[in-house]
Amino acid sequence: MKQSKYKGWLYLLPAILFLGIFMVYPLIDVVVYSFEEGYNFVSQTSNGTGLYNYRYVLRDPYFVQALKNTFVLVIITVPVSTGLALLISLALSSVKPLRNLFQTVYFLPYVTNTLAVGLVFMVLFKKTEYTDGMVNLLIRFFGGSSVDFIDGPHWAKMLVMCIYTVWIVLPFKILILTSALASVKEDYYRAARVDGTRPSRIFYRITLPMISPMIFYLIITGFIGAFKAYSDEVALFGTDLNSAGMNTMVGYIYDMLYGNSGGYPSFASAAALILFAVVFTITCINLMVSRNNVHY
Amino acid sequence: MKITLDHVTKRFPNRNKKIHEDVIAVNDFTFEILDGKLIGLLGPSGCGKSTTLNLISGLEMPSAGRIFFGDTDVTNLPAENRGVGLVFQNYALYPHLTVMDNITFPLGNLRGAEKLTKEQMRAKATEVAKLVQIGELMERRPSELSGGQQQRVAIARALVKMPSVLLLDEPLSNLDARLRLQTREELARIQRETGITTIFVTHDQEEAMSISDLIVVMKDGVIHQIGKPQEVYDSPCNLFVAKFLGTPPINVFEGCVRNGQVFIGEEAVLDVKLTGDAGAADSGDGSLPVWIGIRPEGFVPANDGRLTCALSKIEVMGRDTSVVSTHPSFVGTTIRSIIPSEDVTGIGGEIVRFRLKPSKVCLFDKTTEKTIGFEAR
Repeated sequence: MKQSKYKGWLYLLPAILFLGIFMVYPLIDVVVYSFEEGYNFVSQTSNGTGLYNYRYVLRDPYFVQALKNTFVLVIITVPVSTGLALLISLALSSVKPLRNLFQTVYFLPYVTNTLAVGLVFMVLFKKTEYTDGMVNLLIRFFGGSSVDFIDGPHWAKMLVMCIYTVWIVLPFKILILTSALASVKEDYYRAARVDGTRPSRIFYRITLPMISPMIFYLIITGFIGAFKAYSDEVALFGTDLNSAGMNTMVGYIYDMLYGNSGGYPSFASAAALILFAVVFTITCINLMVSRNNVHY
Repeated sequence: MKITLDHVTKRFPNRNKKIHEDVIAVNDFTFEILDGKLIGLLGPSGCGKSTTLNLISGLEMPSAGRIFFGDTDVTNLPAENRGVGLVFQNYALYPHLTVMDNITFPLGNLRGAEKLTKEQMRAKATEVAKLVQIGELMERRPSELSGGQQQRVAIARALVKMPSVLLLDEPLSNLDARLRLQTREELARIQRETGITTIFVTHDQEEAMSISDLIVVMKDGVIHQIGKPQEVYDSPCNLFVAKFLGTPPINVFEGCVRNGQVFIGEEAVLDVKLTGDAGAADSGDGSLPVWIGIRPEGFVPANDGRLTCALSKIEVMGRDTSVVSTHPSFVGTTIRSIIPSEDVTGIGGEIVRFRLKPSKVCLFDKTTEKTIGFEAR
């Protein structure tokens, strides 16, 4: 029987090798990089270890800006998109005619390329020499003064960014929630109706608890997804996010590695670990909150 | 509360869009259920039993006809305002709520003057829980209960608001055989104690016969017979009802009535005098083709018996014995007769002869399948 002890490991070897080289080693490497001060890519040398990289990153105004942007994005878009998706799914599951058409329309953003969507948003929001963009035309129609959404004040850019993010994550959430709603057995509603339950009570006491695992899943993945936002920002504001003041944490890490100011793997690693710590903390909080409110 | 159905019809649009004819689930139902009775709606699957229940509960609206609770016309009243208790086939207990919360759920819907405090709700729930004997399970979730316990919770939830009518949709079908036996007695007890008019749906004739005050036998959306279980069993109004009630089922032979005698093949098995319209028809010389239904307990083995069957085997079941035999005029494969064990001695060999108990024999018109009345001579 002694032989079989090693046999199992032999079968696992390909997977372990693969995961070890491409997942575990880089992870460890990132941690190592983040503590090596003044690491040089070319000579592969550093002048010592310490917390300098973390100190630098946390004092870097660009990083602070990126952190702020990311948090604003997360705090606004996750609740808004989940709530909106729930409303739309409820509406979708209560209409019969044209339901498939609506479902298709709401799903379109999911199959559309991020950059193409960015282009559409440019048409909607960007101010050029020839036009102020569709949204500004609307604002002016109602008597407001036009705003430069792409190169203007920070709040305007943030607004566009949030609308864009909500719009792009909505289809997936609607898809998940409509199927969750459809999986609630009709008999529960019928039982509630026979008992004379008001629609609002049916929603809060029956529908919501029944789909709570799916909502929770969407909130967790929504948080993580929003913390990792980067490509959407590029699609709207171009690659120089720092000067646009619209950088995110992932954007900052990328810039540190490959951007104009690139070549700083140590700073990038430190920022990556800070991001990891933030996401980890938030997910833990989510899990703790959900324990009392999610019914499997 | 008395429930009256007056020419109630329910049509559904056909699922198959190529057929424009509607499906008639319930066809022109008229019957009255007296206050405080236990009624069994009985029929094969797809006969419109559950639709009838849904019509009474208000979950479905009739296409035609009227429904009355007492003297009030509730035809257009939605389910939430009818005050009925409904127990679903799969119980439909809310899985995320405890038994207590499930039972108090209907009470939470009361508003205005009827609004109850939390304590009042709990008190009421505890009271009902005691009635259905689940008092010690109040803090559990439905998933932690057995099928029988879930069913009791479902009944408690339906009873807690003291409905005027309790409706049960196949209440026992999800239980195992032993539990079914026990629960159906329980159901009858709960109904007796509360005195709530109760209608339950089942496809199991034994279930319906054993606890109902009245059974309604239906098929393809049409009521075939309404009556006390024993009455319906003893004098079914047509061949379908006769075949549907009773285990083992009634034995049906092909035969005819000629000169006041019932013939199966060439044997005159019974001397009868037909009553009603058929009686007049028989007075001539012609023979009247009929289906002859004989209950399993209607066979008496006797050496001078007039019905001769080929013996296949004898199955001993303890209390009584089932004699399996064949006959060329029999519809189906084997005749099954139930004979008290002490009378079995002497049966053996190739053939078995039976005398028939006239009260256990039914005659049906060959074409209309309606019962032909007769008196034994």
